[in-house]
Amino acid sequence: MQLTLWTYEGPPHVGAMRVATGMQGLHYVLHAPQGDTYADLLFTMIERRSARPPVTYTTFQARDLGGDTADLFKDSVRTAYDRFKPQAMLVGASCTAELIQDDPGGLARALNLPVPVIAVELPAYQKKENWGAAETFYRLVRTLAQPVERTPSARPRCNILGPTALGFRHRDDLREITSLLNRMGIDINVTAPMGATPDDLARLADADFNVVLYPEVAGTAATYLAKTFGQKSTRIVPIGMGATRDFIAEVAELAGIDATAVLDEANAHMPWYARSVDSNYLTGKRVYVFGDATHVIAAARIAQTELGFTVVGMGTYSREFAREVREAAKLYGVEALITDDYLDVEDQVASLHVELVLGSQMERHIAKRLGVPCAMISAPMHVQDFPARYAPQMGFEGANVIFDTWVHPLMMGLEEHLLGMFREDFEFNAAPSHLGTSPARMEAPVAAPALAAAAPTPAADTLVMDRPAESITAKGQPVWSADGEKELGKIPFFVRGKARRNTERYAAEKGIAVISVETLYDAKAHFSR
Amino acid sequence: MDGIAAIAPQAASGCGDAPVLKERGQREVFCGLTGIIWLHRKIQDAFFLVVGSRTCAHLIQSAAGVMIFAEPRFATAIIDERDLAGLADCNDELDRVVTRLLQRRPEIKLLFLVGSCPSEVIKLDLSRAAQRLSRQMSPAVRVLNYSGSGIETTFTQGEDACLASLVPELPVAADDAPADLLVVGALADVVEDQMRRLFSAMGIERVSFLPPRRSGDLPAISPNTKMLLAQPFLAETGRMLEERGVTRLAAPFPLGIEGTTLWLQAAAKAFAVPQSTFDSAIAAPARRGSEAVAKVREQMAGKSIFMFPDSQLEIPLARFLARELDMKLIEIGTPYLHRQHLASELDMLPAGTMLSEGQDVERQLDRCRDAKPDLTVCGLGLANPLEAEGLATKWSIELLFTPIQGFDQAADLAELFARPLVRRAKLRV
Ligand code: SF4
Ligand code: SF4
Repeated sequence: MQLTLWTYEGPPHVGAMRVATGMQGLHYVLHAPQGDTYADLLFTMIERRSARPPVTYTTFQARDLGGDTADLFKDSVRTAYDRFKPQAMLVGASCTAELIQDDPGGLARALNLPVPVIAVELPAYQKKENWGAAETFYRLVRTLAQPVERTPSARPRCNILGPTALGFRHRDDLREITSLLNRMGIDINVTAPMGATPDDLARLADADFNVVLYPEVAGTAATYLAKTFGQKSTRIVPIGMGATRDFIAEVAELAGIDATAVLDEANAHMPWYARSVDSNYLTGKRVYVFGDATHVIAAARIAQTELGFTVVGMGTYSREFAREVREAAKLYGVEALITDDYLDVEDQVASLHVELVLGSQMERHIAKRLGVPCAMISAPMHVQDFPARYAPQMGFEGANVIFDTWVHPLMMGLEEHLLGMFREDFEFNAAPSHLGTSPARMEAPVAAPALAAAAPTPAADTLVMDRPAESITAKGQPVWSADGEKELGKIPFFVRGKARRNTERYAAEKGIAVISVETLYDAKAHFSR
Repeated sequence: MDGIAAIAPQAASGCGDAPVLKERGQREVFCGLTGIIWLHRKIQDAFFLVVGSRTCAHLIQSAAGVMIFAEPRFATAIIDERDLAGLADCNDELDRVVTRLLQRRPEIKLLFLVGSCPSEVIKLDLSRAAQRLSRQMSPAVRVLNYSGSGIETTFTQGEDACLASLVPELPVAADDAPADLLVVGALADVVEDQMRRLFSAMGIERVSFLPPRRSGDLPAISPNTKMLLAQPFLAETGRMLEERGVTRLAAPFPLGIEGTTLWLQAAAKAFAVPQSTFDSAIAAPARRGSEAVAKVREQMAGKSIFMFPDSQLEIPLARFLARELDMKLIEIGTPYLHRQHLASELDMLPAGTMLSEGQDVERQLDRCRDAKPDLTVCGLGLANPLEAEGLATKWSIELLFTPIQGFDQAADLAELFARPLVRRAKLRV
């Protein structure tokens, strides 16, 4: 048993749902109890989809258990087929149905439906969401992709593999990369899962190579396609300037074309922004990166080599890609943290004196608790991470978007200096002035029983410090003198929490009962790097 | 229990015996685990540990606002393949997890082990585990258990199961203890405070609430205790309290001016409060509330409404919408219809109201689309898709997360239904 406060990934059948919901003409029958229908809201509320996911749940109850759950499953498949008339069906079990061992695949096949029925076995007590997505996509491809007579074409053709429903910026990444490939003179044969029908999957082989946007989802299927149809795939994920250029070179080679023209992208503003003098203050900012493997590897490269930050720690919850993330971490001289326990991540962020966190919704919370700025780079995410505007992560426009979203939460250089020099200025509210959050609000604990997408964003004021107070007040622990507390208040908010903790730790270690202004500065000197 | 409403309904008609469409098919509802989202806020020193799968953990965090709380008072002990294969002893594992948890959260006084579908299917005996852990942790922490599993419970039935697990813990007051009033069902703190003031104005001072805000304040009960259910989904809790000798006061639920009046009146009668005292106690808030509701009625009168089953609040809500906002009820779905606890409510519904129990979501969607209601009340999974089809919707879950009971919340409750329509009228995009 694993004690879990928050989970980065859902169960594997949610991965299957992301594939099915991204596709058209496919219907998924899931043997599951009623509560599991919550997964619909991930799509309809968080991603704001305007249609229900194409999923039927059997919603068996305790009274069904002894007897007819298998019949209930068969009925559900038959009824769903009659109602939705899909080109193909997926069937499978959620965690509870896995325990009752009804064999959804066998039961569904016995119905002799006139369409392909693909059974996906997703071990729920072992695997998680991304694995489930990859396995489902692989099973679909394996069942549906057929050998084809190649369509003659003057231009090279590729498939784009990986984008799903509920993916971090998948919609916009797909648009960006499709347009990039088109400008390179490459046609798209099939994009999948997003937007593809089962019939489209049947003609995957009618392409020269595959572009794999998200290895977490499409890696397994791409390997199968390579083995079966000899299609090579891209290995580079085009997130960041450098990676996008490398990706273009890789694609050009696979397609046998010259792509130098697209390398010179007039709309790539990011390199100049990074070089312009106002970006000087970004140099060496201590950055922590956590999320899925693809985005973490890309983000670390951008942070270190394209923005001039220092990557002080990185890690992933994608255990399947632990090796790749470990390799990448070596480039920056850090050791990768591979975990799905967000408390481990929080400990690491707290101990590394981080100035910017790049992460998922979990890290957003960690960063808020610790008073550190944060930008989103990966799932899991919140409703606000599905922006209305075009905001890809991939390609040249993606690099522009990343520059803006990562730099925005930081204090601008001059502002930071002025704040440092004139901390007593009563008009300085100690947060980046363009973000408009007052420190008083940031510290106010408000119990907001909001629900998923109901509340817009947990702005700073919905953060709940649902823990014993940070300051140590128990007997035998140091207490703050009034002067010390006042001096602490002059420290910019984003390092104040750290200063408080460090000073208290220092005082405790030295046996100092009352923390004075002197103690604060002694501690600062003690911990300075 | 006699199952007969103590208070005569205003309308002689009603739905008391109306046939109910019973459906079986796909249910689009939460399981009982979801109750943890409000219960963990209500009882401030309690912690809810779900013993379940990653699905259970994902459900709570998705329904809870995708991590609004940096560290909430709930968690999941996720069963993994080692537990299933018997490589790890589930009880040892549970002890380990609980120990780690309580080390982290020393302020916790009451721990609920919450069963789920997986824990039930593998027949993990959480009641024995709770007893064992309670012994070990005593007196610092009391450990109780209940099931919030989706194979046993629907949404608010989780709260029922949780409160039912508290009933055996309630201290015994002396047999000759003076009569007292127990209000059962989690309410917003502000609502509780209002109720307490109203009871006090009527001269009923011995009032307690279940669940209490702190686990140490569990109310004592005696054969002289009378209870008012504040929520319509407390079948098991009500039954267990009656078994312990508590008398249930039959009443409609305190939603809307009428519901609140009759609910309070049930207590007034049981405690022999003089009519004049009662009238003067409620006069001011009831008038204020009615005036506020009247404003919303102007917008809502004649509008039709369709309710998908969700929380069991549907029938009292429908009664309020029909009688106080003059709305037209097309279909009122409820996951489960408890005829005894809802007797007074059913009598007050307009005759011929179409009630449905259980669900076949696809068929119900068909009916809803055919009926083209002005407003559809449904869960989060259905709301945006129906909006996209052109139907105005109200998320039902909000009704559990908002103070809606009592006189001063009646207009807020009405507003919740009015807002989607007002918004639609406003938008020009
Ligand atoms: S329905 Fe069962 S398995 Fe699903 S979340 Fe609820 S308790 Fe867990
Ligand atoms: S808002 Fe603040 S950070 Fe932004 S430019 Fe003005 S002073 Fe600088």
